[in-house]
Amino acid sequence: MKPPRITDTTLRDGSHPMRHQYTGEQVRAIVGALDEAGVPVIEVTHGDGLAGSSLQYGFSRQNELDLIAIARETARQAKIAALLLPGVGTRQELKAAAERGVQIVRVATQCTEADISEQHFGLAKEMGLETVGFLMMSHMRPPEFLAEQALLMEGYGADCVYVVDSAGALLPEGAAARVRALKAALTRAQVGFHAHNNLGLGIGNTLAALEAGADQIDGTLRGLGAGAGNAATELLAAVLDRMGLNPGLNVFSLMDAAEYIVAPIMPFQPLPDRDGITIGYAGVYSTFLLHAKRAGERFGVDPRDILMELGRRQAVAGQEDWILDVALDLSRK
Amino acid sequence: MTIKSAILGSGNIGTDLMYKLLDGPEALELALVAGIDPASEGLARARSLGLNTSDRGIDAVLEDPSIELVFDATSAKAHVRHARLLREAGKIAIDLTPAARGPYVVPPVNLGQHQDAPNVNLITCGGQATIPLVAAVSRETPVRYAEIVSTIASRSAGPGTRQNIDEFTFTTARGLESLGGAQQAKAIIILNPADPPILMRNTVYVVPAGDFDQRAVCESVERMVAEVQSYVPGYRLTSPPVFDMRDTPWGERPVVVMLLEVTGAGHYLPAYAGNLDIMTAAARRVGELLAQARLAERSV
Repeated sequence: MKPPRITDTTLRDGSHPMRHQYTGEQVRAIVGALDEAGVPVIEVTHGDGLAGSSLQYGFSRQNELDLIAIARETARQAKIAALLLPGVGTRQELKAAAERGVQIVRVATQCTEADISEQHFGLAKEMGLETVGFLMMSHMRPPEFLAEQALLMEGYGADCVYVVDSAGALLPEGAAARVRALKAALTRAQVGFHAHNNLGLGIGNTLAALEAGADQIDGTLRGLGAGAGNAATELLAAVLDRMGLNPGLNVFSLMDAAEYIVAPIMPFQPLPDRDGITIGYAGVYSTFLLHAKRAGERFGVDPRDILMELGRRQAVAGQEDWILDVALDLSRK
Repeated sequence: MTIKSAILGSGNIGTDLMYKLLDGPEALELALVAGIDPASEGLARARSLGLNTSDRGIDAVLEDPSIELVFDATSAKAHVRHARLLREAGKIAIDLTPAARGPYVVPPVNLGQHQDAPNVNLITCGGQATIPLVAAVSRETPVRYAEIVSTIASRSAGPGTRQNIDEFTFTTARGLESLGGAQQAKAIIILNPADPPILMRNTVYVVPAGDFDQRAVCESVERMVAEVQSYVPGYRLTSPPVFDMRDTPWGERPVVVMLLEVTGAGHYLPAYAGNLDIMTAAARRVGELLAQARLAERSV
């Protein structure tokens, strides 16, 4: 095993529990601390990617392009990444993000729909950006299927393709098998893994992915991310260090950043509580958590019932609007 | 009396439209189905129905001076060329691609304004489905912002849609503004791979600019749904509009949320492909009205 490259996405996945209310000052403090602690990639975007600011997903308090510019001017060694979901964001926003300082774009699709990302990889490469493909909700398809989708992204120009456990539904052997399948299939691109902690396996699955050959992994300070959160960056740093795989991270600095910068601004600590576990158990998109709680309150329905029904309907990444639909249906019963 | 028409393009859309034109708008006669692939299933089906067909594409259409109206179900790139040739030949073009050479048209919203246009564009499937609902709100109260989410079955999204997904969001958003009457708009598209395939679902969010009468909005929406149903029978709201308080850039505001489902008529494409059905149904409706207008002009 070799030390993985770490991408911290507190300022993107963490945007969900923050209800997209990050301020420029918070971005400056978090990027400053991550950069200082040796984190090589920092993702800054609305939780649902570029142009995610909407009624569907929640409006941003501050324009994400301004936050990206602040991140870029704060970072001394770290590269700044942005997420883009084709169907939500377009090449227009990607161009604007690159102009404001984004160096890496992570293009995310439902894991069955990689072929909607060709335009975006094409433009990113034209602009000289590093590119990452994100196969979301990857628990919904078997390893060989994912490998074919990853090959499409590699063909469009992805430098790395991630197995993304958006629902936090994978078990360690499932995470490892998917990473192995991508490693075996891809000829040029690296392989990454992005965890959610809904079944309490954020760190465990990440380690399984590493053992299976993952080159890149994601974390968030304090695990601040959608659903029950992600693998905590400071925890990954400590564990990797003990494994002799520390990729140059300052463990104590990351612990301090999590404790003294991120914890005080978090509205709550994401954790596998009743609704969090339900998301992993039902296999639904982690960002449904707060939307399901809200709809449950509004229509007098148990959020767990809403989440289980969304799982039954095979809802995919980004389908927050179905929550209202399901809540209405359940409230009529 | 009838106006002679042709379908250009023998793929999914062209073939579904063929069945819709067969079961007869009175003013329109389908005189030709033209594709470019002699082995295409669409052309084979047209031949077996006894229709006149050609595999020479636009050339076959141009060679027949009796054809006055042409439905273009090819691609945006091809339509840019076709639009010029059809205009020079004096034929009306109904454009089902996102090329947008002519004005946008949604039948119950603005068709009356473009009866003389030589080329009209049908925007996108999401636009045909959601623009009527936004227009139904904006005719009652000014609309600050509209946002739509179209969710379609993966299997109903062909390579054209997939390779041009950005065009869907741009074009739909522009249509929501120019025809829907929203000051600002956003469109999102999601492909859902569930098996069995899901019906086309659309969520329409509308933020009125000021105070408004909820009952008047509901009535206007109900009237609009009935109008669309007259040419797309599978078009329905799954519940009456919901009025939900939301945080917006304009403060906490009541948002009109409409949940729409479109079941396809199953002419050629299966019922889940409501997204394609609404395009071909709109094309048939537009063709019928433009043909009637042309006949009326002649009888004067």
